[in-house]
Amino acid sequence: MATSKSAVDKTALHKPVVMTDLKGQTLVTLRTLTEENPASLETYIKLGGYSALKRIVTEKTKATDIITEVKTSGLRGRGGAGFPTGLKWSFMPRYFDGVKYLVCNSDEGEPGTFKDRDIIRYNPHQLIEGMAIAAYTLGARVGYNYIHGEIWQDYEIFEAALHEAKAAGYLGENILGSNFNFDLYAVHGYGAYICGEETALIESIEGKKGQPRFKPPFPASYGVFGKPTNVNNTESYTSIPWILEHGGQAFADLGVPNSGGTKLFSVSGHVEKPGNYEVKMGTPFNELLELAGGVWKGRKLKAVIPGGPSTPVMPAEAIMAATMDYEGLSKARSSLGAGSMIVMDETTCMVKALHRLSYFFYEESCGQCTPCREGTGWVYRVIDRIVNGKGKMEDLDLLTDVSNNIAGRTICALGEAAATPVLSFIKHFRPEFEYYIQHGKSMVESQ
Amino acid sequence: MLSPQAIEKIDYELTKYPADQRQAAVMSALRIVQTERGWLSKESITEIAQYLRMPEIAAMEVASFYNMYDLSPVGKYKITICTNISCMLRDSDEIVNHLKAKLGVGFNEVTPDGKFCLKEGECMGCCGGAPLMHVNNTDMHEFLTVEKVDAIIEELK
Repeated sequence: MATSKSAVDKTALHKPVVMTDLKGQTLVTLRTLTEENPASLETYIKLGGYSALKRIVTEKTKATDIITEVKTSGLRGRGGAGFPTGLKWSFMPRYFDGVKYLVCNSDEGEPGTFKDRDIIRYNPHQLIEGMAIAAYTLGARVGYNYIHGEIWQDYEIFEAALHEAKAAGYLGENILGSNFNFDLYAVHGYGAYICGEETALIESIEGKKGQPRFKPPFPASYGVFGKPTNVNNTESYTSIPWILEHGGQAFADLGVPNSGGTKLFSVSGHVEKPGNYEVKMGTPFNELLELAGGVWKGRKLKAVIPGGPSTPVMPAEAIMAATMDYEGLSKARSSLGAGSMIVMDETTCMVKALHRLSYFFYEESCGQCTPCREGTGWVYRVIDRIVNGKGKMEDLDLLTDVSNNIAGRTICALGEAAATPVLSFIKHFRPEFEYYIQHGKSMVESQ
Repeated sequence: MLSPQAIEKIDYELTKYPADQRQAAVMSALRIVQTERGWLSKESITEIAQYLRMPEIAAMEVASFYNMYDLSPVGKYKITICTNISCMLRDSDEIVNHLKAKLGVGFNEVTPDGKFCLKEGECMGCCGGAPLMHVNNTDMHEFLTVEKVDAIIEELK
């Protein structure tokens, strides 16, 4: 063992890389970050934590009233699909003779997505409270938070928070002296992007390989162990306590029409200060970029993938004019996704960037559906030959054709996710691909 | 045979599921045994399957589906480095090349002394700290530089 132990800066891991509050913004999901020990139960209670749960179980608030409040808030699923959370909750059968389940999807693994990790390690109790409120509302007796295995240290933080919450009477039997019972457990993945798909995640909880189920039936009728199950994203559940403390309308007012609340944006790639930023929905992209310190090394912005690679890439001028909310980005012909912004500067070779992304989807396709299993391999091999100087001009049409034959022909959305970067990169940066094919080398790197 | 320590940990995981759903604990059981033994041999997987009263093939399916399980020896320290887009944009290639040269191995190879193995990982969901790597599936090292990598390797030696 060397003596230079201090040479390894492990503190960087637990230092918040989250910056926000530029203009006195209201923090929702990362509100504990203003405090010294953000993850502790004490901190959370000091900030009003568990008060919403306490009020609900004491006053025996009607489930329908809670769902109405969540609908009013305009909260939409933060995992990427943007489905209204209140509406999803109303799909759960009210009466069911047996155990109903609640699942939290903390299986981040789409490149550029790392927001739920910061909730888990900096504000675990708000997530626990949000899940407990959801369980009360939906009549779920047991819950699982499925956390991807790569963030093991954060998994342990969350599991410790669960024990703390149980000891304090916020979980388990007769919560806060009421007759409401809810057991919540941490479970983990171990390296499979596909488990972020909710039915693959359910298979994984059951101890199986994570291959998506055919739908319908949806999890609300046939989920974990075949029982009614509600699945939401980490950030969605974490927004719930705030909504019930301040009212659905107050949450809606933080954002813009059809996009209520604040949102965590994970900013990575070519910026000075990568990290998570909690800002109001509808924030202009250029303000977010400014928060992240701007494009690094004083370089010019080239392109941004706004919501993870399953959302279309946007050239600089398009993203600079966009606002960060569901409609703002869909008007700009992309999508908010999970708010995972991958920023690329002028030195980025788009052919090589797509090469890497196509390898990811090829590697992570679960192999169940032929168009995806074979198609992602085709796409990767064709881009690989372009990068190795063996591309042909017809390859661009071939890539488009193969991608169009994956999208819409698979059980889950990974097919679309794999096709989207191919189609959008070629659409916006076609001359770079043509140059690479003609010259056998990168246009950007040749300049 | 599974060690008493491993059984104790697996039993804790079993408390999270209904009594008739022992298979649900297989993800944890594979992790627990791999952490103890370094990797998962066929025999290890068989022992886990028997303990959870599930078909061996079903346990093998899980072990081979998820990429953090190792079905062959990986040396004392498995270093998994992410090369996905956010890491690539922040020069993970430089870190990869440095590690390959320093350890004298390519991806999926173990150093002759059995100490280090280098793996290419897919996105680990920590892209704000890019470039980054894992040691033995648990210790995450972020904001890597060549100097920082040297210090980490030195400490492990």
